[in-house]
Amino acid sequence: MEGFLINVLNGLSWGMLLFMISMGLTTVFGVMGVLNFAHGSLFMLGAYMSMQLVRWVSSFWVGLIFAPLFVALLAIALERFLLRPVYGRDVSFQLLLTFGIMLFLDDGVRLVWGPAHHVVNPPDILAGVFPIFGQTYPVYRLFLIAIGPALGLGLWAFFSYSRWGKIIRAAAMDREMAEIVGVRAPILFTSVFGFGAWLAALGGALAAPHQSVGPAIGEHIIIESFIVVVIGGMGSFPGAFVGALILGLLASFGATMAPDFQMALPYILLAIILLTRPRGIFGEES
Amino acid sequence: MFGVLNKNFLTGLLIVVFLALAPLVLTTHWIIILTEIIIMSLYAMSFNLLFGYTGLLSFGQAGFFGAGAYFSALTLAHFTSSFWVCVAVGVIGTALLAFVIGWFCVRLDEIYFAILTLGFGMMLFTLAHNWRSVTGGSDGLTILTLPVLTFSSYRLELFNPKIFYWLSLITVSLGIVVLRQVVNSPFGLLLTATRENSQRVSFVGQNVRTVRLVAFTIAGALAGMAGVLFGLFNRIASPEMLHWSFSGKAVLMTILGGSGVFLGPAVGTSIFFVLEHFITSYTTNWMIFLGAILIALVLLFPMGVLGTAASFISKQRGVMKHE
Amino acid sequence: MNNTPLLEIKNLHKNFGKFQALHGVSLTVSEGCLTALIGPNGAGKTTFYNVVSGRYKPSGGRVYFQGKDVTGAPTHKLVGLGLLRSFQITNIFPKLTVLENVLTPVIIHNGKSFSLLNSLRRKTDLREQAEQILDMVGLTRYANRSASTLAYGDKRLVEIAIALARKPKLVLLDEPTAGMNPEETERIIHLIKDLSTRSGATFFITEHDMKVVFSIAQRIFVLNQGRPLAEGTPDEIRANRFVREAYLGGSLDARGA
Repeated sequence: MEGFLINVLNGLSWGMLLFMISMGLTTVFGVMGVLNFAHGSLFMLGAYMSMQLVRWVSSFWVGLIFAPLFVALLAIALERFLLRPVYGRDVSFQLLLTFGIMLFLDDGVRLVWGPAHHVVNPPDILAGVFPIFGQTYPVYRLFLIAIGPALGLGLWAFFSYSRWGKIIRAAAMDREMAEIVGVRAPILFTSVFGFGAWLAALGGALAAPHQSVGPAIGEHIIIESFIVVVIGGMGSFPGAFVGALILGLLASFGATMAPDFQMALPYILLAIILLTRPRGIFGEES
Repeated sequence: MFGVLNKNFLTGLLIVVFLALAPLVLTTHWIIILTEIIIMSLYAMSFNLLFGYTGLLSFGQAGFFGAGAYFSALTLAHFTSSFWVCVAVGVIGTALLAFVIGWFCVRLDEIYFAILTLGFGMMLFTLAHNWRSVTGGSDGLTILTLPVLTFSSYRLELFNPKIFYWLSLITVSLGIVVLRQVVNSPFGLLLTATRENSQRVSFVGQNVRTVRLVAFTIAGALAGMAGVLFGLFNRIASPEMLHWSFSGKAVLMTILGGSGVFLGPAVGTSIFFVLEHFITSYTTNWMIFLGAILIALVLLFPMGVLGTAASFISKQRGVMKHE
Repeated sequence: MNNTPLLEIKNLHKNFGKFQALHGVSLTVSEGCLTALIGPNGAGKTTFYNVVSGRYKPSGGRVYFQGKDVTGAPTHKLVGLGLLRSFQITNIFPKLTVLENVLTPVIIHNGKSFSLLNSLRRKTDLREQAEQILDMVGLTRYANRSASTLAYGDKRLVEIAIALARKPKLVLLDEPTAGMNPEETERIIHLIKDLSTRSGATFFITEHDMKVVFSIAQRIFVLNQGRPLAEGTPDEIRANRFVREAYLGGSLDARGA
């Protein structure tokens, strides 16, 4: 029983990180129609930036606030100068462009910070362990589990009540309609891409104390978040939430119950979902 | 018409003869690089049958490439030391594998196809990575004895880089001849028609999935053929050969050379390896250059090096004709 | 003439939710008889075509093709039987040459889709068939040009040629003159008349240009708000009071009929 609950907690904390980065990925796909291979690299960049800020000013919170902003600014530049010319071109080429950006950023990080892994300590208030079910559990993971729904709620409020949130949601569902209503696509695209990057980098900054920071973390998480977004339904926010939870739990339970299979589970799930519901659990069937 | 046929045939023959003579003047170091280029060219070209001709972006092509390497390593370890049996097992095995996986994948297209192929490729990767008793796990399967080739009293040693080079050249040329035939056949036209407008193809009564499945199987088999050679070349079949980033390599090399030209992927592969060779002799950060190159290509030369050159030449000819 | 009509529609219904797009449409097309389906915008012409060509399943009623019940049959099956549809929006293979555009359905028609051992570079029977069809629609001189470089009217001809390549018995032709200039319209009217006698296919067209309809159709059906309004020869339709009303009184004459 304890093992079960610990698995649930582990699954939830990983799921919440996946949720944060999948949110950005799915928003960008829904609004812009671009599946962003470099999204994981933005997550990674968020982790590195916050690690660097923690080193300079030795405050986790400064890193958490400013790293995502830096990454968002970088992403805005990427969108403006690299992505914008390929809208309207073949989907394959958009995918390849973001693939190139991914290669560039992943290796760039290696060039700047070296190939080694770095450790970021959680802030004092979130350090240590918490007694739970007769065992101890890292407080930081509980913080992640709490911040996931909080962020989800915040985003939900943003999408439901704010003007921009409504516009983005409308555009994610129907791009043409948003244009008809008079949303200016270039500004919308740039802000959505920046927003997605901000979310990814926020996930990265939050992930830094959870796992070590190394140059491969982006590559690792992008595939998992692709799976989250595809099984949830591309462009669907509830889909990203449910998909991330499923994948998080699959990872933690798989690791203890079927360690040899665990790596393959997300892919098997992906194949099953795509073949039975090609547009994902929450996707609109075309 | 026959002039064109002859010209293409002669160009091809010339390239093969030129490549066959190359080891006589090259150092062993360059012979080995050229061997890798030749093997990887077939891999990239097999990918381009799907991408350039059928319009399907596969991110799982490495699955079949790696499967070819594993099939031949297992054959060598457990059954026979014959080179041609190795190739045959690799090709037939991957063809069957591609047929089964393709049967699922061709149900979807565009981004969904890319993700689904990526998923299946990674399933193969995890299979190779975790089924230690058969595949050797993350260490891979080392090929301890290379196959031998015997012609009556002659015995060819594959340990000799020149012999291995020639054998690769022959095998890859065979694969490319098969591809050329596919592309020029009525089926080949159906592939391009499917790429251009798959809906129209089904409205004139052709099941598009079947067309895509056959293309997927042929592409898988030829990737497997390249994989057999690559495994022997490196004397190992390892899980990295199945990983999605290895699939990405096929995509990169193809785009680099040009997906719209038959030999584009081969040219892309050559440029890729020569660049890699020079850049890695100065810095370990080769991927940063690769990323930058890919970005520049997509933005400025989406037709690739050979594609851009070919369209430039045909434009020049057009100008000359008008004058 | 054959006793069984080529196409027979009995009491066809199609609902989209509560909206009745087609309500009790019955009609017959006899072999060799150039037939037209007309009606004001929103009359249900395109829905009718989509149902007959197998794109939508009907909500009620039956479709018989050469006496055979094909109600709700999928498109590719209908195509195999010889019922083809040509599209209002040009639906061709843009980057292929004009010849290849036609060669593709020719290959499919001859069951050579998976023929891997032949080469198209040689002069083959398939090529000859494709060239004949190009000749029939008058596109021979563009054979080696990329289809995307043709003028709009010629693209429509490619579209028709693709349909003809499957040697159809019945071609549903949706608005063949839509978007064409007067000269192109003139050309395609001639072509349809000519093909209707020469190609062995029967044409069933929808058209909004009354001048075109009355100059080529031998039999006309009128649809209004999803219901059949009238049928008859061009002269009978011209004289029909209901049709005049549906087209806002007298506009038939004004259109030059």
